[in-house]
Amino acid sequence: MNSLVKFFSRRRTWSIPYVIFLAIFVVVPLILIMVYAFQSKDGGFSLENFQRFINQPEAANTFIYSIGIALITTIICIILGYPAAYILSRINSSTARVVVMLFILPMWINVLVRTLATVALFDFLRLPLGEGALIFGMVYNFLPFMIYPIYNVLQKMDHSLIEAAEDLGATPRQVFMRVVFPLSMPGVVSGIMMVFMPTISTFAIAELLTMNNIKLFGTTIQENINNGMWHYGAALSLIMLIIIGITSLFTDSSEEGANEGLL
Amino acid sequence: MVKSNYIIELSNITKSFPDKVVLDDVSLSVKKGEFLTILGPSGCGKTTLLRLLAGFNSATKGEIRIGGEVMTDVPPHLRPVNTVFQRYALFPNYNVYDNIAFGLKLQKVDKREIEQRVKRALKMVGMTDYEHRDVQSLSGGQQQRVAIARAIVNRPQVLLLDEPLAALDLKMRKDMQMELKEMHRSLGITFVYVTHDQEEALTLSDTIVVMNEGVIQQIGTPTDIYNEPCNAFVADFIGESNILNATMVRDRLVRFMGKEFECIDEGFGENVEVDVVVRPEDVYIIRNAEAAMFHGTVRSCIFKGVHYEMFVDTPDGYEIMIQDYNSFEVGSEVGMLIKPADIHVMRKERTENVVEGTMLDATHVEILGEKFECEPQEGIAQGDTVDVAFDFDAVELTDDSDDGTSWGTIRFILYKGDHYHLTVRTDEGENVYIDTHDVWEDLDEVGIKIAPSALRIRKRA
Repeated sequence: MNSLVKFFSRRRTWSIPYVIFLAIFVVVPLILIMVYAFQSKDGGFSLENFQRFINQPEAANTFIYSIGIALITTIICIILGYPAAYILSRINSSTARVVVMLFILPMWINVLVRTLATVALFDFLRLPLGEGALIFGMVYNFLPFMIYPIYNVLQKMDHSLIEAAEDLGATPRQVFMRVVFPLSMPGVVSGIMMVFMPTISTFAIAELLTMNNIKLFGTTIQENINNGMWHYGAALSLIMLIIIGITSLFTDSSEEGANEGLL
Repeated sequence: MVKSNYIIELSNITKSFPDKVVLDDVSLSVKKGEFLTILGPSGCGKTTLLRLLAGFNSATKGEIRIGGEVMTDVPPHLRPVNTVFQRYALFPNYNVYDNIAFGLKLQKVDKREIEQRVKRALKMVGMTDYEHRDVQSLSGGQQQRVAIARAIVNRPQVLLLDEPLAALDLKMRKDMQMELKEMHRSLGITFVYVTHDQEEALTLSDTIVVMNEGVIQQIGTPTDIYNEPCNAFVADFIGESNILNATMVRDRLVRFMGKEFECIDEGFGENVEVDVVVRPEDVYIIRNAEAAMFHGTVRSCIFKGVHYEMFVDTPDGYEIMIQDYNSFEVGSEVGMLIKPADIHVMRKERTENVVEGTMLDATHVEILGEKFECEPQEGIAQGDTVDVAFDFDAVELTDDSDDGTSWGTIRFILYKGDHYHLTVRTDEGENVYIDTHDVWEDLDEVGIKIAPSALRIRKRA
């Protein structure tokens, strides 16, 4: 009895439900992906799925194209998001809070609903769906994930650093280039992580906004799995995971700051 | 035109924020090469004054000249001053070398010269060989040294220091004080130093500016400020002191604690109410001897390292603080002596409260934003603007919210030997001065009550 009480009063005990959840829905699927990726159709170990990826230009091309789209989306998000975050961090906090809220508000609506609305909007304006619409949709969906971490870092920045730079003779432009921008890098990095990585694997936005004309890597994976090609699909997923892993390694050096940006 | 001897000239500077006036018509001149300290309690406007000099804030009214040029609206990056911040404000994205070189690189100084000057600045602050260290790996004291190096390497005409040692521990603070003093001597530039620490101000400065509530109280050398405080605030703020109500009987004769004392002050007139300041180390304490000028009983005696600090109660109900190398037993009868030269007489800023009011009806007057009852007034019509005077001890304070008429916050407490002299700022921003025997605390919210008979109402001319 006593040991039971002790068991439940330990803080570690409280994490058990989550650990079980994590094990079933994250760890096991990951292991399954690994296993399936290295299996041939008859169940034996093989690298044929990876060979197929390299030999079949279609999947590889989609992959490169997806990275390209993700890069463009990320860059546009930085170009649009940074000034917005900067302006927000300069205005007084109560106004800023409202505006940040307005930026985040659309996030409460499901991504599919928003994307369908975008399709309707393009129809209404008689704009063609396709690559342009795809990039618009991606930027529209992911922009808040860029603005928020940058805003957070800028807003928390010690104002006396800016004063110190001015005091040492820096013009407003120099203050920005030499102090504000470098110090906001953690926010930019976490913004990139939150925009670039999910955009590689999106497929719903691509399907809806290009009327299935443009395939992204996420779509390829989805198609393969839907068509019962589990082993090949798993291999493609694994390749994507590795690429995402590499990207986050690149940004690892400023991880401490990047996490700060998310909070 | 003769070139001014002053590096900084502030004339009639007022700075107000939407809800309050932080600096009220401040004028100040700083001599070239001087070590000037702006001293005052927190919220007195000293940091705002420094920020106006640096250019981070702009004055609402008035003119700022630095090195003879009008700098009132010049942005910070174009001013010939550099600042050392309280919290260092080092750039975390640069190492020590690049932090110090920041200003020089902006000025496009030759690379070799930058290197030399950075090295020299580092040597000056005792941080040689720290060039490539990450600033965040340094201790507080080391960071402040780098911050000082970063400022002086630009050879500013004026170095502004905003409580630079406040975040350091006592030992480090003492060391840095000496180093700053030495640095000031060898650099030969003007230092404007802001602090709330009176000891620091006395140690470092050539000139001290004492500020309170946005107004300069006194400007002088450390010895002047300590020995000849111009009002009770300065006397209380700088060092320990006994401040007592007194009457100047005639030149060189002052009466306090019910006794007459010879002093050396003249020119106050006869039978004028004044304040006297006697420093605790200037009261001579002896065994109950014939020679004593007044007597008392030792109430407490505490060893303070170098001296003993004693509180002595006199038969008239006064409490005197005394510092002496000898200790006297608690409860023992002692005699005390004060030399004429050690009694410092100060003109009283006011002897009664005078506030502006409006007559509401024959027996009510509006003062301090509220309705007060008064005795029936003749010859004053309803709606007339009047001056209402009342004595310090006519005010009753209460903390009962049902009881008080006008409300205010205690802003300053001065102990005057047998009572407290409080400054209460009402919610309308007027000051009321109150004598009381009750113990209140700074920033207490208090209700103000005044008996109808105590209000003396005069019609405005």
